[in-house]
Amino acid sequence: MPDPSDRSTAEPLEFCEATKRYPGSAEPAVDGLSLEVPAGEICVLVGPSGCGKTTAMRMVNRMIDITAGDIRLGGRSVRDRKPEELRRHIGYVIQQIGLFPHRTVADNVATVPKLLGWDKKRIAARVDELLELVGLDPRVMRKRYPAQLSGGQRQRVGVARALAIDPPVMLMDEPFGAIDPINRERLQNEFLRLQAELRKTIVFVTHDIDEAIKMGDRIAVMQVGGRLEQYARPAELLMAPATEFVEDFVGADRALKRLALQRVRDIDLWTVGTCRVGEPTSEVRKRVAEADLEFPLLIDDRQRPIGWLSERALLGERVRDELRSRADPVVELDDILRDALSDLLAKETMYGPVVDARGRIVGVLSIQVISHAVGGQPGNVPSPTELAETGTNEDG
Amino acid sequence: MSAAPVIAEGGFVRDRSGDASCVADNGFCPNWIVDNLDRYWDPLLEHVVLVVVSVGLGFAIAVALGLVAHRQRWLVTPLTGVTSAIYTIPSPAMFLLLLPVSGRGDLTAIIALTAYTQVIIFRNVVNGLQGVPADVVDAAAGTGMTANQRLFRIEVPLALPEILAGLRIAAATTVGLAALAFLAGAGGLGNQLSTASLITFKSNVVVAGVLVTLLAAVLDLLVLLLQRRLTPWERAVAA
Repeated sequence: MPDPSDRSTAEPLEFCEATKRYPGSAEPAVDGLSLEVPAGEICVLVGPSGCGKTTAMRMVNRMIDITAGDIRLGGRSVRDRKPEELRRHIGYVIQQIGLFPHRTVADNVATVPKLLGWDKKRIAARVDELLELVGLDPRVMRKRYPAQLSGGQRQRVGVARALAIDPPVMLMDEPFGAIDPINRERLQNEFLRLQAELRKTIVFVTHDIDEAIKMGDRIAVMQVGGRLEQYARPAELLMAPATEFVEDFVGADRALKRLALQRVRDIDLWTVGTCRVGEPTSEVRKRVAEADLEFPLLIDDRQRPIGWLSERALLGERVRDELRSRADPVVELDDILRDALSDLLAKETMYGPVVDARGRIVGVLSIQVISHAVGGQPGNVPSPTELAETGTNEDG
Repeated sequence: MSAAPVIAEGGFVRDRSGDASCVADNGFCPNWIVDNLDRYWDPLLEHVVLVVVSVGLGFAIAVALGLVAHRQRWLVTPLTGVTSAIYTIPSPAMFLLLLPVSGRGDLTAIIALTAYTQVIIFRNVVNGLQGVPADVVDAAAGTGMTANQRLFRIEVPLALPEILAGLRIAAATTVGLAALAFLAGAGGLGNQLSTASLITFKSNVVVAGVLVTLLAAVLDLLVLLLQRRLTPWERAVAA
């Protein structure tokens, strides 16, 4: 891991009425795009093909020059910088990755440091550090050629190359587009975890709204003709689409998509009357009356849920060990709502006990709680990197 | 090269040692070949010089033109047109056409051979550079390489297999064409096949022919070795 002190800090990025017109074409490719990406956030440009999202991204490192308006990086116009110099300080990852087939993995990763004239020792050390950062073993990978790598490995090398001089800004054009769905999911999660640590300012282009929702701190939905339809945080985009186009684009299942943005800990859970075997039933009945849920939950000495008590268990003076059903599924606070709902549906049950990291009962998640959360206002929805950090994601 | 003796019929064909009757019948005479092999040394050297000089010059011109055409794409069509036109001229005609311009001798031969070489390699240079994957060039630009860095660090190395394939074809072709250089008054193994009596003597034809073929094979092998040396990634197979 690099010492955080010698890491360049992320810079904010600002599109100010940025416009691209190609000669001989009536419609602009990008039409007066204005948006701000705060330092350290991922801004996803999403839209159908021909909406100008890739053009907009390529204007940042002057692979395409703007015809009107401006783009400012850390407050400085990209127009004032030489394209080559600018590009060396902006990480660049494209869908086909574009590794240099005649160069080894190490040489590919070392591209920009070499252009900047770093000495050999420093380059070699940096290459190893980067390969480890993206989860590749330097001893095995260093000397390989791109043809000897799998799609996922190529993608990682591409990211390592883009990160080589620790640039404050990264541009990523469908970086996971050429990867099969299973590996894509893994690489996305890995990248989010990496970003949680690196905190780069990232412009991320995709045509896939699900990827946009997963990866974006903010999402810019673009329409054919290079127009910005809405720029918002994912939850807001799903809650309150600004235009009919956005509503169509995010899809009819936008309420379901919101489930992927929230964790169980982010919503108000039901309370439950808990009890242990041998406790006086009168006390338990009182507790159950005060709780949201009408069924008592049997727990063990360490407050871990065992199961739902049957009516008969409360007939005597003391609580008897008679279960109506075992506590299954048990949901964790860090679970993503979508996964938690999926667990409930899979077990054909309306509610499940929620436990903290030590397995202790903290409340109950029910279908009603979830539907309330989905219909509610976008509140303290965590960022994608926060969601990725605790590693409770699919591949965790 | 022009100083090399043009072997007169009297001094060569009739100087027949060994199996006299075989030689008199213009047959295939191993003994004669063994005895007279050293006579082919000078023509062979002349041949090598003609080929190496022409292919070297042609390669340099083709690469230079190819790089210019790659930068200025509009030049590709006219340059391809001109060079292709040169290629349609039959080689004997080419040698004879150049005689009034550059006179009899090696210069004329080299001009003609260089022209052919250059055509073959030029096409491969242009195709090779155009065949570099667009995403690789895009990524090179995206990392902040200048146009020259892109060309010499990325595009030319990746075009090398195609360029060197052109060089191999050019070398083999030129070895063959140089056998006609005697038409322009130059030396080379072709001189050994330049008169009726030489060409009817089987032993002579076999030796000259085998030497031309061997030369082509050796040059081809040398370029192949060069290619293996310069393009190690081509042999990297998926692990």
